[in-house]
This record gives sequence, structure tokens and C-alpha cells, in this order.
Amino acid sequence: MDKNLVEMKNISKAFFGVQALDNVSFELSSGEVHALVGENGAGKSTLMKILTGIYQKDSGEVFVDGHKQKLNSVRESMQAGISMIHQELNLVNHLTVAQNIFIGKESEYSSPFYLNDNKINQKAKEICSEIGIDIDPKILVSELTVAKQQMVEIAKALSTDSKIIIMDEPTASLTNEEIKDLFTVIKRLRKQNKGIIYISHKLEELFQIADRVSVMRDGVMVDSFPIDQANEDMIIQKMVGREIKIKPPIFDESQFGDTALAVTNLTSGNLVRDITFSIRYGEIVGFAGLVGAGRSETMKVIFGADQKDSGEIKVNGQVVKINNPYDAVNNGVAYLSEDRKTEGVITTLPIYENISLPKLKDFLDLGFLLNEKKEIKNAEKMIEMLDVRTPSPSQLLQYLSGGNQQKVVVAKWLSSGAKILIFDEPTRGIDVGAKDQIYDLVQELAKDGNAIIVISSEMQEIMRLCNRVLVMAEGRITGELDSKDISQEKIMSLAVNRAN
Amino acid sequence: MKANILQKRSVRQKIILLGALLIIFLFFTLQNASFASYENIMTITLATCINGILSLGVTFVILTGGIDLSIGTVMTFSGIISGIIFNKTNLPIGVCIIIGLLSGAFCGLINGFAVTKMHLPPFIATMCMMMITKGLNLIIPGIKPVYFTEAKNYQKIATGDFLGIPGFYNAIFIYFLCACLAAFIYHRTIIGRYAKSIGSNENATRLSGVRTDRWKIAVYIICGLFSAIAGLVMSSRLNSAQPQLGAGYETEAIAATVIGGTSMSGGLASIWGSVIGAFIVSTLTNGLRSMAVATEWQTVLIGIVLALALFIDQLQNKKAQG
Repeated sequence: MDKNLVEMKNISKAFFGVQALDNVSFELSSGEVHALVGENGAGKSTLMKILTGIYQKDSGEVFVDGHKQKLNSVRESMQAGISMIHQELNLVNHLTVAQNIFIGKESEYSSPFYLNDNKINQKAKEICSEIGIDIDPKILVSELTVAKQQMVEIAKALSTDSKIIIMDEPTASLTNEEIKDLFTVIKRLRKQNKGIIYISHKLEELFQIADRVSVMRDGVMVDSFPIDQANEDMIIQKMVGREIKIKPPIFDESQFGDTALAVTNLTSGNLVRDITFSIRYGEIVGFAGLVGAGRSETMKVIFGADQKDSGEIKVNGQVVKINNPYDAVNNGVAYLSEDRKTEGVITTLPIYENISLPKLKDFLDLGFLLNEKKEIKNAEKMIEMLDVRTPSPSQLLQYLSGGNQQKVVVAKWLSSGAKILIFDEPTRGIDVGAKDQIYDLVQELAKDGNAIIVISSEMQEIMRLCNRVLVMAEGRITGELDSKDISQEKIMSLAVNRAN
Repeated sequence: MKANILQKRSVRQKIILLGALLIIFLFFTLQNASFASYENIMTITLATCINGILSLGVTFVILTGGIDLSIGTVMTFSGIISGIIFNKTNLPIGVCIIIGLLSGAFCGLINGFAVTKMHLPPFIATMCMMMITKGLNLIIPGIKPVYFTEAKNYQKIATGDFLGIPGFYNAIFIYFLCACLAAFIYHRTIIGRYAKSIGSNENATRLSGVRTDRWKIAVYIICGLFSAIAGLVMSSRLNSAQPQLGAGYETEAIAATVIGGTSMSGGLASIWGSVIGAFIVSTLTNGLRSMAVATEWQTVLIGIVLALALFIDQLQNKKAQG
């Protein structure tokens, strides 16, 4: 742990005027495992994307091994000795382990016209045994477990003589046994004087594997310290920063209506496990958690977009079968996707066609003839009610701003008669100025007696909107906070699901 | 405001298409003056009918982002079914025609089922249907043509003169009716709207509570039905259903649709564009034949025209995304 392998100095990066990284500095020594933590959107991935050449920095300097590097492309970054192992692995399933490790470099080991696997098989075996992993290089990658595939990725990084290996949430889909194996490999890499940048949400892991921790928040490097000077509380505190006082919304609980939606023991795959909660009309219930906690997945199951394995859903006290979104719409449940452009609206269609999509039946003559006048009239009413800024209801969605598109999504669901509205990241991709409008709208909808669920990764958004918050981690609800108890630190410590 | 521009774009597109048709027509007329004779124009129009009706049906499937390769053989299949039933039973020809149409719709239903419930890619599902109906077309009648000679006026359905105008075949009128029907379905009914939504963004449509599978099946049924109407016109014109015919018709019909401005990536169709596209294809074929260009070379040329049309479609997609 002597010389600096990587030195990033005063890195800044803005996207469309939004400062994603502000004067960030970061160092990695050889033989070091350096953990990088922070909330969603803190800037970790942007920083790593600059290091791997996917993004180009606006200003600042990067030194690798003491040499200044431009890192204009992924190729340049690889040549500088930097490799990243992404959460979604980049392997070709139908090739063997060795073929994957040496993909793109075949000609260095055999004639490019007649590929001979003998040499790469041998070489792959050498690399694997060097770090103590036991994988047959001739086996197809598709036959390996995710953990083994990850090892292949590590071997692939080593085959290019990478000195710096970035691991993004490497333990996300591993069992405890597999995590142990991974840590053994990481420790060997450390001994070989490689530098490892380790991104993880699981704080307790850091104490087992990391030498140093750096915490980012809102595009700024907050602090960096040796792991033996840290504890979980301190890290969480740095992650959320100074408590920002947000006036909690005022709810008159006597105004709440009957139970709108009650979910019992809902389970589906790994990300929706034994979910139980209920919500009354007039409430705004927040779902907080880190990316990948299973919040969207849970809501998609409730909405019928994904299938449940077990559990029960009640709407208005009645058990309902929701097998697809059509059933959900008929039960008054609406899901406003976080991915507005691909799941929420059809950008190439006009506003009024988007609005009448879920309940087109209500706008038909004789049950099959389109009545565009009726559609346009309803669209005009909605545009006025929700204050959508558009010259006409025939405007194509792609010409509206994010905020106005979101309002059209709301208009669409209100027109369908939905009373239970699930907002997934309601202000994603929306200008700061327009966010307040969406907040006001959500609150207005609750006052009108709708039941509202808000999934948000922005804790301040949740604190500002909700009368109750459920926090999820690893597919389970890890806690519930009511408006008096909501604080960023409490949410964060439930979200990282730390062992108490 | 911008929607107006879009509408204008579709008008502009049709003007360009008509211009292209006119240029092709003038070119062949300059080679051979008799090309522009009334008889020849009517021959071209008659030749357009079958290909044109097929292309109307497949326009809906392409609108949803799918493809139907079975239209040509399903066309023949429905003619054979109606002819066999007519010859083997005492049912009146009208009933047999309806059964023939239903058999086409049934093939569409199976296609739709394979695509939505069995999750086969449309290309593969409808290619299987093409092979199945191609085989059945030979098996059912025992490789012999099925004649409609017992039905006295069957041939008149396609080749009778419409309203007594000489040379103006009924088939042309049937084609015109089909085009009006297709335009009506596309612009004025729930099927057209949902087909467009599905082709534009199937996921968002499904997540809006639309039972996309059912509507896609409906679209394949419509396509099968149009193929069967083409089969009716074809068998009437020949007064027989010819088992060997059918395969290959799909390429010209799809070419007509794409040349007409329907996007292969879905979400955007033009019924009248498909009509003009069908005319372009048959004018090219007829004109090249009049210049004594071998059939093989006609196919080569239409292939090149289709590639050009697809290339333009691709450029427009890029523009729309950017």
C-alpha cells in the first residue's frame, strides 16, 4: 500500500446543466481495496464511468500509475489497465470460459483464420490458478453459476494485465458461501498489488474486505478514511449528510377513508418477498430503499405486469385476481412507471390518444367506432384540470417536457377511473422547477380521496410528500416510519438493512 | 401544430409515391406506346388486385410490428377449401365462399395464437404456417386443380364487367371496397387504434391495461381474412384453385406495403400508400414484361426497389429518433 495507482483530481462533470460531479478527487493505491459508497445518484457511477472512459470529464485530471491519462474511450481506459466488472455481466453465454476470457484477443494466441483453443485454454488455466479459482476453461459460460461467471470476468480483466479492477455491487446476487469465495479472490488480488474499487450498498461487507472507504453525496466527495476509523453509523451519517429540515406534510387522519389496497404475504421471485402492507384512501404512502431493493418489482406484481408466486391482494376489502394490467385497471389500480418513455407514454402518439388508451371503451360508438371528438373533449378537460402546457390535445407526446408528459400520464389514469395510484419515481427526468407542480398534484390527488403510493429514491421527496413510509431492502419490507419518525438517517439505516 | 406537419408529411409521401408511379408509367409508355392503352391499364389494374388485397391485410400485421409470410399460401388454401367443399357437398356456392373466407381467418387465428401465446417470433410462426398451408394445398386436392365449373357465375365474381363497363372488372371494385374497409378499420375503429399503439410501443400499451395479445390475434385474423378475399378473387379469375400457386406472393405484397410507406418497425401505416405501392409493383412487372425482360430479372429489380424502400424507411426511423 505505497504508491498511487489511480489519482483523480478535481473531476467535474455536468449533464445538461445538472452538476453530476463537482470537484471530486479520488485515490487508489496498489494493493488496496477501496470502497466507494453513497446514495443513489450520489455520483459513484458517473465517477467510475469517467475512469472507464464511458463518459468524458468536463475538467480535472486523471493519473494512472503516475502518468496523466485522457481516457477518451473504453479502449484507452483498458489500455491504461482499468477494468470494470459490471453488475450485469458481459459474457457470451455460448462460448467457453477461455473463449470469453480471450475474446477480441484470439489472434494473439492463434492464427486468426484457424482458431486453436489449446493455447488459450492453457493460458486461461494459468490465470485462474493464479488467483485460486477452479474453473474448467473448456466449459460453456452458460453452464456456470453467476458467482463463477463473475470469476470469469475477473480472469478476463487479469488477461489484459489490468492493474485496477472496479467491482459494482459484486455480491448482489451471490450466496453467503459464494461471497466468501469472492473475498478470498479479492484478497489474493490485493496481495498481487492490484487496486480494487469496490462499490456496495451492503455496509457490513466493507468491514470484512475494504481498506479504505470514500463516501459520496450529491456529486461531491464527502470524506475518505481508513476502514478501521469508521463504523456503520458514521458512514450512514456521511451518506445522508446534514439533516435537512423538511416541513412534514400535514395530514388530517380523520379524512382518511376505508382501506383501499391491502397486500398480504405477496411473493414473487427474489425481489418481492413476503410483502404485507395496506393503504387507505387519502393516504400517501412512501416506499423508500436503494436501487434494487424490490420496490418497483413489488408494485409491478400488484399491477399485474409481473406474476406473483403467492400472496393475496385485496381492493376495497375484496380479494381480487390481478393477472395482467387489464385486471388492475378494472380494479382501479394504476402504475405510473419510473421509465416514462418506454412504459408510461407512447411518445409518437398525440396526447388525446395516450389519455384514452386504458379505457378506450368509454370513448367508442357502438362499441368499436372511435369517437375522436369525445376523446379530444376529455383530453381538453384533463389538460385544463392538470395544467398541461401544450398548444393542442393533438400534440405528439415527444414534444412535451418531462413534467407535462407526467401530467398526461396522470390524466390517462384519472380518465380510466383509477383511485389507487402508484407513482414510481414521479419526478425522474423532470426539471427542478416542475417538480413542485408534480408534488402539489400528488397532494391534491390524495385530498380528493385517492390512495397514493410513491416510490422514490430521493428521500427528501418522500419526506415532503408522505404521511407514512415503508422501507425495503433485498425484497423485504424492513421497517415502517410514520410522518413524525421520518428522518433520512432512519430511512437509510433501514434501507441498508444493517444488522442491529 | 406539429401534428399538422405530420399529416402533411403523410400527404407529401403519397404525392411522392404517385409521382414515382407516374414516372414509371411514362417510362414504359415511351418504350412502347401501347403500354398506355386502356386494355393494358386494365390488365395492370387487374393484376394489382390480388397482390393489393394481400398487401392490405399484411399492412395491419406490419403496423403492429409483426410480419405474415403465410398470406400467399393461405390465399390458395382458402380457395381450395371453398372449392373442395363446393364439389364434395351440395352446399350453395355462397356458403362455400364464406367457409373459404373463414378458413383464411382461421389460419390468421393460429398465426396470432402462435405469436402471442406460444411466443414464437412472427417471422417463424408465419413461415411455419406458410409451409403447412403450402403442403395442405397439395395434399387436400391431390395435387390437382380444384375447378369451380359447376358454379355457373363464379368466374363473374372477379372477371365480370362492373356496371357493364367493358374491361372494368369486378375484381377492381372488390379491391377498392377492400381498401375502403381497411382504411376504415385503421382510422375509425378500436382495432386500428390498438394496432397502432402496439406497434408504437407494445410494452406501454400493455401497461396501460390493454390486452395486447387479443388485439394482436385480431390483427392476424384480419390479415388471414384479407388473404382469403384475395383467394376468392384469384380462384374466380382462374375459375379454379391452383395448388401450386401462392408461395412468393407474400414477397410482392410485403414489398407493396413497405414501398407504400408502412414502417417495418411498426406504429405507422398507410392504407392508400399500400394501394399505390401495389400499383407500383404491378406496373413494374407488367412494363418489364412488355419490354421482354425475363421474369428472373423482374424479380431482381423488384428486390432492388424493395431494398431502396426499406432503406428510406430506415432513414426516417433514424430521423424520428434523433
